[in-house]
Amino acid sequence: MNVVRFERAVRMGAKNLWQYKMRAGLTILGMVFGVSSVIAMLSVAEGAGREVQEQIRRLGSNNILISSQKLPQEQFSGGQSGGTSQIAAYGLTYEDANRLAVRVPYLVSSCPAKVIQQTVRFRDRQVETTLVATVPQYPEITNHRMLAGRFFTKTDMDKAAPVCVIGARLARTLFAAHDPIDQTIKLGNDEVYRVIGVMGDVYTAKSPELTNKPLWFVGENQDVYLPLISYFKRSGDLFMHRTEGSSTFEKVELHQLILTVDGEEHVMPAYAAARDTLRTYHKREDYQIVVPLELLEQSKATRRLFNIVLGAIAAISLIVGGIGIMNIMLATVSERTREIGIRRALGARQRDIVMQFLIETVILSITGGLIGLFGGALIPKIITLLTNVKTVLTPLSFVVAFGVSVAVGLVFGIYPARRAALMDPIEALRHE
Amino acid sequence: MRRERDVEQEEAALNDPILELREVSKVYSNEQLQVAALKSADLRIEEGEYAVIMGPSGSGKSTLLNILGCLDRISSGRYFLGGEDVSGLDDDALSAIRSRRIGFIFQSYNLIPQLNVLENIEVPLFYQNVSERQARIRATEIADRLGLGARLRHKPSELSGGQQQRVAIARSLVSSPLMILADEPTGNLDSATGDEILHVIDELNAEGKTIVMVTHDDEIAHRAHRIVRLKDGEIVSNELSEPSAGGRAKPVAGGTNR
Repeated sequence: MNVVRFERAVRMGAKNLWQYKMRAGLTILGMVFGVSSVIAMLSVAEGAGREVQEQIRRLGSNNILISSQKLPQEQFSGGQSGGTSQIAAYGLTYEDANRLAVRVPYLVSSCPAKVIQQTVRFRDRQVETTLVATVPQYPEITNHRMLAGRFFTKTDMDKAAPVCVIGARLARTLFAAHDPIDQTIKLGNDEVYRVIGVMGDVYTAKSPELTNKPLWFVGENQDVYLPLISYFKRSGDLFMHRTEGSSTFEKVELHQLILTVDGEEHVMPAYAAARDTLRTYHKREDYQIVVPLELLEQSKATRRLFNIVLGAIAAISLIVGGIGIMNIMLATVSERTREIGIRRALGARQRDIVMQFLIETVILSITGGLIGLFGGALIPKIITLLTNVKTVLTPLSFVVAFGVSVAVGLVFGIYPARRAALMDPIEALRHE
Repeated sequence: MRRERDVEQEEAALNDPILELREVSKVYSNEQLQVAALKSADLRIEEGEYAVIMGPSGSGKSTLLNILGCLDRISSGRYFLGGEDVSGLDDDALSAIRSRRIGFIFQSYNLIPQLNVLENIEVPLFYQNVSERQARIRATEIADRLGLGARLRHKPSELSGGQQQRVAIARSLVSSPLMILADEPTGNLDSATGDEILHVIDELNAEGKTIVMVTHDDEIAHRAHRIVRLKDGEIVSNELSEPSAGGRAKPVAGGTNR
């Protein structure tokens, strides 16, 4: 069938449908709701999925996070270094860090940290906060952004300099509108540290651009970062762990160790090596290994499942829409039996009749699909507006929805169209 | 004029007739029984003839007309249309023949209700891939000739029976077919309007169009050159007759319609 004839057949079909606007409108309603719900659901799923992936990505997809974990059945029996029986000793040791640095393949960097709850004081202000005693690469590895001043350096580390970097929110709390840089704060048992920088939040694509405003107005970070050696020299490995009512001493050398490898493909072998190394030297599993990449994979698997469920619901609604169209087309065909007979007598081939009715069905389903696209683009916006749930419209979902609506038209149109074409022209002409 | 036509007819007889049936049978069958609707029919109709097929209902008139119109397939025998054997053609080829070589006029007009007069006339051209502009020119021209010029945009439901039948005649002419098959074209019309339609058909024949008409009206039959009588599926007589006066008199097409 040539293009001109096809184009004329399309116009003829459209004109014909236009004469029964009400019926055509009701016929495509199923398609409209089907397609728009497909798009809406896809965008909600996409939004949720991206949120999770963003959170995981913040942990770093090339990283392996190892943290010390206090076991519930832990008895105050003293650790490997044999302290007093009132001290709970567990978790990662400096020795572990050294061993892992040697044994884990593809390692780019290893970032140890002590993470301790402490009070921080500036003059008469006092805030309960988290100390992170770590190494100079920490901001780079964890994707934190400096807002003012600088992070501590290797020199600070080597000299065990009493310097620290504070989170932006902590800076606001302690110093109000004053410049915190070069002020001194007191940590824990009156250890004095000089503030050399202000740190923001984990940097993400959504982070606001830096402006000319005082930088530490940005961000919710209220931690204190200091060189690991500076902290160790002044406070040691023992610290008080406060629980409700009582307090116990704990001895933990490292609370956290972030291993970074050179590429996502090397995360799993590095993880296996780290796990085996730790198993060899720890009788109990007083540590936890988290692989963000694996979380990412898990979330992808979850999303895939979610998409299959959504896809099934969508498929059902589109099939229902398609059956609605087929039903009306069958009625139309029997209503227009005589017209079919006339056209056949005047020279229409069977395939001309098939084309005529198939085109009408596809016009219906495409129109339904297009209206559904608009509805589908609108619904997620309303959802986001009303519920603050993140939604993301992907171009793919439009392509899929549109393609499916064309396919529905073809699949459900072929039967009525063939039925029309295979009628005996003589019978059809006699039809009242 | 008459003499010229006679000469033409003799010449045509030497060549191929416009249609020729050779021992054509049509058997309708289902599991229980077989019904022979047409038994070994032989028929030749020459170009420019006006033939009438008559017979009581059930005699096989409609079957014969459907076969002549390539709407129905024959069970045995040969059917030549314009010298071409169409007995064994497939559906697509038969559709093409219906579109180009045959013009149908039905008792109940059989116009497509949602199309206007012009669009109805253009339908056969649509299936011949004639360009829209050309189809429009052609359809307008023929509609004018049949006195429909003022009603080109009307829907069939807005026309009288006579006007609807004129539209159907225009439609049958639009692709300049070899012959026009008319199935009781005046059956649904009152006698005055019926006469008008018959005049139009006479005039077409006078212009050289081959007409094959089914009727059971003897008066109408007397306008024709040839009367073929059917009974129980057999051609019982096939005689030439001198058309009666008044039948093919003055031109009426384009005249008053109503």
